[in-house]
Order: sequence, then C-alpha cells, then structure tokens
Amino acid sequence: MANMVTLTIDGKPVTVPAGTLVIDAAKQAGIDIPAFCYYEGFSVQAACRMCLVEVEKMPKLQPSCALPAAEGMVVHTETPKVVEARKSTIEFLLTNHPLDCPVCDKGGECELQDMTFRYGLGESQFLEIKHHADEKQWSPLVFYDPARCILCYRCIRVCDEGLGVAALGLSYRGVSAEIIPNKGDHLECDECGWCIDVCPVGALTSGTYRYKSRPWEMNYVPAICTHCSNGCKTTLSVRNGEIIRSNNRDRSGINGEFLCVKGRFGFDFVHNEERLQSPLIRKDGKLEPVSWSEALKFVVSRVRETIERNGKFAVIGSTRTTNEENFYLQKFARQGLRTNNIDHHRSGDVITLVDALAGRTDALATVGDLYTCDAALVLGADLAQQHPLLAYQLRANWRHHRSPVFVVTPGPVREDQYAARSLRAEAGGEVERLEELREELKARQNLVVLYGASVKGEAVRRLVAFGDSLGIPVKYVCLVDYVNSRGAVDMGLLPHLGPGYKPVEIPGMHLDAMMAAPDLDVIWVAGANPLEGGREFASKNAFVIVHELFLTETAQRADVVLPSMSLYEKNGTVTNVCGEVQRTKAGPKVMGTKSDLDILGLLAAQLGFDIGIPSQEKVLDEIRRTVRGYNVPLPVLATGGAAQAAVLNGNVPVDAQPEQVRPSGDTLFTSGTLGKYSKRLAQLMEAPGRLFQP
Amino acid sequence: MTFSPELEARFAKMIASYPPGRQKGALIPMLLYAQDEVGAVTDEVIEEVSRRLNVSRVEVEEVLGYYTMLTREPRGKYHLQICTNISCLLTGGEELFQHACRKLGIGNREKTPDGQFSLEEVECLGACSWAPAMQVNYDFHYHMTPEKLDQLIDSLRKLQ
Ligand code: SF4
Ligand code: SF4
Ligand code: SF4
Ligand code: FES
Ligand code: FES
Repeated sequence: MANMVTLTIDGKPVTVPAGTLVIDAAKQAGIDIPAFCYYEGFSVQAACRMCLVEVEKMPKLQPSCALPAAEGMVVHTETPKVVEARKSTIEFLLTNHPLDCPVCDKGGECELQDMTFRYGLGESQFLEIKHHADEKQWSPLVFYDPARCILCYRCIRVCDEGLGVAALGLSYRGVSAEIIPNKGDHLECDECGWCIDVCPVGALTSGTYRYKSRPWEMNYVPAICTHCSNGCKTTLSVRNGEIIRSNNRDRSGINGEFLCVKGRFGFDFVHNEERLQSPLIRKDGKLEPVSWSEALKFVVSRVRETIERNGKFAVIGSTRTTNEENFYLQKFARQGLRTNNIDHHRSGDVITLVDALAGRTDALATVGDLYTCDAALVLGADLAQQHPLLAYQLRANWRHHRSPVFVVTPGPVREDQYAARSLRAEAGGEVERLEELREELKARQNLVVLYGASVKGEAVRRLVAFGDSLGIPVKYVCLVDYVNSRGAVDMGLLPHLGPGYKPVEIPGMHLDAMMAAPDLDVIWVAGANPLEGGREFASKNAFVIVHELFLTETAQRADVVLPSMSLYEKNGTVTNVCGEVQRTKAGPKVMGTKSDLDILGLLAAQLGFDIGIPSQEKVLDEIRRTVRGYNVPLPVLATGGAAQAAVLNGNVPVDAQPEQVRPSGDTLFTSGTLGKYSKRLAQLMEAPGRLFQP
Repeated sequence: MTFSPELEARFAKMIASYPPGRQKGALIPMLLYAQDEVGAVTDEVIEEVSRRLNVSRVEVEEVLGYYTMLTREPRGKYHLQICTNISCLLTGGEELFQHACRKLGIGNREKTPDGQFSLEEVECLGACSWAPAMQVNYDFHYHMTPEKLDQLIDSLRKLQ
C-alpha cells in the first residue's frame, strides 16, 4: 500500500496508512488509549482530552484521537506526565458529576467509572456545591440526565452522521451546557436508542431498562432480531427468564452496534400478558384452554382421519420461524400429510432473481458488501423505514468512502438527503427509469442493486439484463420483509419448489388458491396470520390448526390453537435478506409454549411420520447435507458469524408466481402482528410511521 | 414569514456574501437582526431561519442557547446589561447590578411589569478599560456608578 508511515508507540514499531489517527494506530499495536469523545467510525471531536499522549519533540501533550500518525513519530501513552493529565481531566469531569453510581443504570459498565478506577484520585480540589440540572424525559424511550453528561458529543454524532436523523444538539455553555432534543422539550426521531448505548456514562437512559437491573445480574444471549429481514444480531439481557434489554455493545454480528427501534426496544411483545400459554380447543363454538396432551391428541385424531379418507390439506408456513422449523414443516407437509399445498406470505420475488442469476458466483450481495461497494442502486424501497440496517450500511459507505447511492422510488425517502440521484417512479415502473442512470452507473467500479416488492417477475429479469449491460460487476439484494422470509423460500415453503429451489413433481396450491379453495379439510397455519384485516378462508368447514403467540384473527378462527414460541425463545438458524445464515439462541422463557419444531416433532411421532428426529442440530445437519447452497460452515455459525447461502447454482424452471408477492408494508415502527403486541412501539408518537413520505 | 423590506434586503445580501454551501454562516446575524425586528427569536423565526439556511431546528437551538444576546422571550423596551466580570467586579459592577435590581424591582433576566425595562447580568462586554460598563440595548455606558445609573433610568423613563 502506498503512503505507509511507521511510528513508535510505547517502544513498539507500528506501520499504518498515512492519515491514521494515533489512537487507531495504538489500537492496532494492542495499546488501548483511554478516550471518551473518540468513537470509532465517527468524526473527530477532540472534546474530552482523555486521550492525551506524549509525543517526542512536541512541546505539549497531544490528543491522540485528533493526531494523524507521521513517519518517525515517537509516542508514549502512559508516562507520569500523561497519567497526571488524565487524572486532572477526570477530576474536572467529576466536578459536577453526581457520582450516583450506586443507582445509575450505567454502574458496572460505565466508562467514566472505569477511568476513575484506573486513574482517579480519591480527592477533589473542588469544594463548591455541584451544579445540578434536573433529569428530563424526551420520549417514552429516551431520558436525559444533564448532571451525568460529560459532553462527549457521541450521541449527537451517531444520530446525525450515523442515522441521518440529527435529532440531538448541544446548547448553553460552561457548566450549564447540555444536550438538547430536536423538538424543544421532546424528541421526534427514529427512537432507535443508539444514543443511549453509545453514551459512555449514564446520562442517557432507556425507558425500558432504567432502574430495572444491574448489568451483572443478567445473562447475555446472542439472538437475531425477529422484526425484519435485515438480521441484526442483538444481545438479549435476560434475567429470570425475562428480557430486560436488548443491545449489541460488543459489535458482534453483521450490524456491529446498530439496531433500530424494533431491535432495541420491540422485544416486549414476548412478555405481553396476552401471550397464549395454554393450547386451546374449540368446544361448543368457544376456544377453551386444554392440556398439551389433549390438544395434540385432538390434532392427531383429526389429521389421521383426514389422511385416511384422502382429505385435502393446506399448510401455511411462517416467515418468523427458524430454517430448521421451516424445513421440518415442509417435510411434515410433503412426506407426512402428502401434500404440496404449502406456501407462506411472500414479500419479494426471490425466485425470479435466483433463476435470472443461475450459475453465477458473487452475484448476491451481503450486508457487508453494502458498506464496501462502489455504488448502490435502490429501487422501490423506503430503505430507512423498511430496511434500517441496509440503509445504515449505505449511509456509512457514503460517509466513509463517498460511494454514491442512486434511488428510484415512488416518493421521497431519507436516502434523498445524500443520494447522487433520486428519481421518482410509480411502483412497478422503477426499472423503466434506469436508462437515465446508465452513464453514471457505468462509471463505477461495481454496483449493488436492491429492489423492493414492486419489482417482480419480468421486471427482475429486465433489471438483471440492465445490470449485465453496464459491464461492471453487479450484485443484487431482493428486499424481502420478515426475519426469515428468505429462509422460508430457501427451505421450500412453496407449492412448486422444495428446499433449495428444487421443483416438485406435482405443484400444490399457492397461498391465494388456498384462501379461495372451497373444499379444504384441514388448514394448518404454523405461525402466520393470513386472516389479518378481515380476510376469510373460503373453506368454511375446514378444520383449522394454528401455531401462534397471540390470539390473532387467524387463531380466533382456529379449531385448535397451539401456543408457540417466538424466535427469541428458541435455538436455530435464520437467513436474512441477503441470504446470510445466522444462528440465534434461546433467551427468555414463556411458560406453556413450545417451539414449532417441538410441536411438529411430537405430532410426527404420534402420527407415525418418519421424517427425522426433530432436534435443531439434527435438522440443521440434514439441511446442510441436502439443501442446495446451505452447506454453510458450522464454525462460522457457532462463533456468531454470518455465512451466505450459495443458492445460485441452477435454473429454477417454474413460474415464479410474482402475483403472490405482497409487501408487508411495515415501517420503522410497525412489525405486523408482533408490533401490535409491543406496547413500547405502540407508545411512540412516531408510530406507525409512513412509507415514502417526507 | 417575511420580514420588513429593509431586513429582507439585508438578509439577501448577507446570504449571498457567503460562499456556496456555507450559507449557514449567516445564522447568528440573521437571528440577531430578526430578533431586533420581531422582539424575540420566536418559533416562527426559528422555523424561517432554519428553512432559509437549510439547517436543522436543533442547530438553531444550539446557537440560541449558547449566545446570551439571543432571546426566546421578548425583553423590555430598554434591555439593561450590566457586566459583573472581573474588571467590572473589581470596580463596583456587582454593586451596580444589585442597585439596578433594587431600583427596578426585578432580578436577573426579568422584566418590569410595564415591559419598559429588563435586566441582565452579563460577562465581559469588552469595555474593561472603562469599567464598570453596561449596555442599554446597543448603547454602551462607561464608568458607571449607582448615581449615574439612577439618572440613566430616570431619563429613559421620561422618554416614554
Ligand atoms: S433515539 Fe436514535 S434517532 Fe433518536 S435521538 Fe437517539 S440516536 Fe437519534
Ligand atoms: S449524553 Fe452521553 S453521549 Fe451524549 S454528550 Fe452526554 S455523555 Fe456524551
Ligand atoms: S433493522 Fe431489522 S433486524 Fe435490525 S434491529 Fe431493526 S428490525 Fe431488527
Ligand atoms: S478522545 Fe481524544 S479528546 Fe476525547
Ligand atoms: S469585565 Fe466588564 S467589560 Fe470586561
């Protein structure tokens, strides 16, 4: 690499690209320089003076977070002079700090506490009464305690630079200086809570977590957010079987620290008092609670009887269950119930894309690619609302690498703020506008194209043809909506395709056909709500079996309701919008519920279906052996990584049924059924939000 | 909202004098002149200025909170600013301020009920050589004493 410089830090030679900040160079050498205002990936603030170091031939101590490394520089990070300076910095920071650590949420994981422990002196020269300002509530989720604030500007920068929301500022001066919200006395923002997480002290606290727990009282469980297809890793803090908070401070996973409001706060649906905790059976027209054994026996007898008289089954799978459960469900349907009438709520045309790109390698983008690509093109999606992590990645790519983003959408989107070009096109007409962008796109090194549900069927093929005509490497993302939408497609919850896009001999009914069929005997809905919004099954007399968390419209129509677990309560893998497979682990427990895999496994055993052992590991093993592209490396999954499934290795010679694609329409503040049962989300003045609006 | 034609002309000239993309630089003078005309930096003023300079509302509020000469609440017709910073403190600025409080019957950052006078304790006015110093609106008054302050207030009262 050109322009490398070598400097010496604490006696160790370090070689870094010119322009690297000394604090980053030190990190590379394994030397940790204390810092408050410095935050990796965000602009330099140099406000706190905690990172001062001694540099030979420089007369004064230098802030290493603002000092570019230079050839031959000799840096000392822990000399008596430096230690003295840090002690003084802390002494100043503590002049008005309330030191209410025993009751502060941050106690135990507070950077100021840690630094005081490391450097602090036990006494202060200040005898004055501490300046006090009262705590403020800015939104149901964000509280600010100015007395604790050390004015590091981290919150301001993540909100402005990171998210493009810019809801926070700093006003007043001297001891009165404090952070201010965008609406005078309150916040109107994405409510993502990232500002709370990055706050090095307990100045910003969260409505869900404040005064609830001490950090060392909780267990930390690596889970995948259940609210959208982006697949953010979130670390659930669980105490006594209850999720107390959700964040990702260790930056593990594809999202680093990023989480949107749903990932960080939307977990409370898990403990909603309306959760179903006992199976229900319809008796005299009413759903009555019964024991699991009675419910399962009832299902077994009705299913067995239907099989015996060659009755008709239809199975509607879930977009929020694990790959293992989806795989097992389609096996249950195809080999057990002997039907191909299986489908799910499809939210993007993945099938046409997989066919159009058949045989290529490197044609599907990962979440990481969005940060490294040379340009991105977004068609028909309000990314900041519908795919917050992907939007974040594109913004970071523009911020750090100036990679342009082009958008073609039916209305204004947040990406317009910085997009190289923003075109408006009717939903479905996006691809027709691409010629206008040809010259600009052609000039880039490579491109990632993301398209929403309005681009489907032939439009996807035209899009790929356009991509090919540019003469640069192009990767694609088909924007599906739910946490395991991609997994549902890949695992063959489809009437005409089995796992790995393998066509089945005799295709079954798709979702619309099932809804309209008048003669179904059993409708099995495993974690979906097809009757949402007043829709009905045309088969009035069908026996309906529903696995659900809540008494949804579909569950209310059921003859048997089996209380199932949410994604946060089980182990398994899910596949995100980019086809990246990740592992999620069970955190909280809700009494009386079972995983869909357990439910199906118990029923399969009683029905005598020989479809394999219903253990998550065993099913994953089978998936890895038999499903095209899913031979993902286990160590990657085991260590919390994401492994992209290689699904592009053969044509998919079937009708993709693009008319079955229906976007969820979820915004940043809604999450279908789960969102309705999240009181936190419902409380927000911003909810439910709107798509393609200024 | 629109301002008086004179102010509009002033704003137009001001905005044009910053290099392209740096119009934000006009923020402080615009707020100050708008305040002079409207009497305070009202919500409407914030809205208007942030729209014209393409800065967020929170950025405007950052500036508003920082600069004490900007006010969200209308002040008295005569805004008395008395310096109690070091040079003035040493030469009687503090007593002067206390005297003003008693004379007007109001405290720091308060306004007389008739709306004629408001009072503010301020930091260095840059007039240390002539301390103690104070300002009435934009006019400076030097080497102040309680007696001179009485006369000043009385003469302002007469102007009413
Ligand atoms: S919650 Fe998120 S959007 Fe709101 S102020 Fe904090 S960082 Fe900004
Ligand atoms: S609220 Fe927290 S993050 Fe924001 S400036 Fe204060 S200490 Fe820093
Ligand atoms: S972006 Fe999606 S996956 Fe990530 S936290 Fe938000 S809802 Fe969850
Ligand atoms: S970390 Fe360098 S000045 Fe704050
Ligand atoms: S200290 Fe009062 S004018 Fe300078």
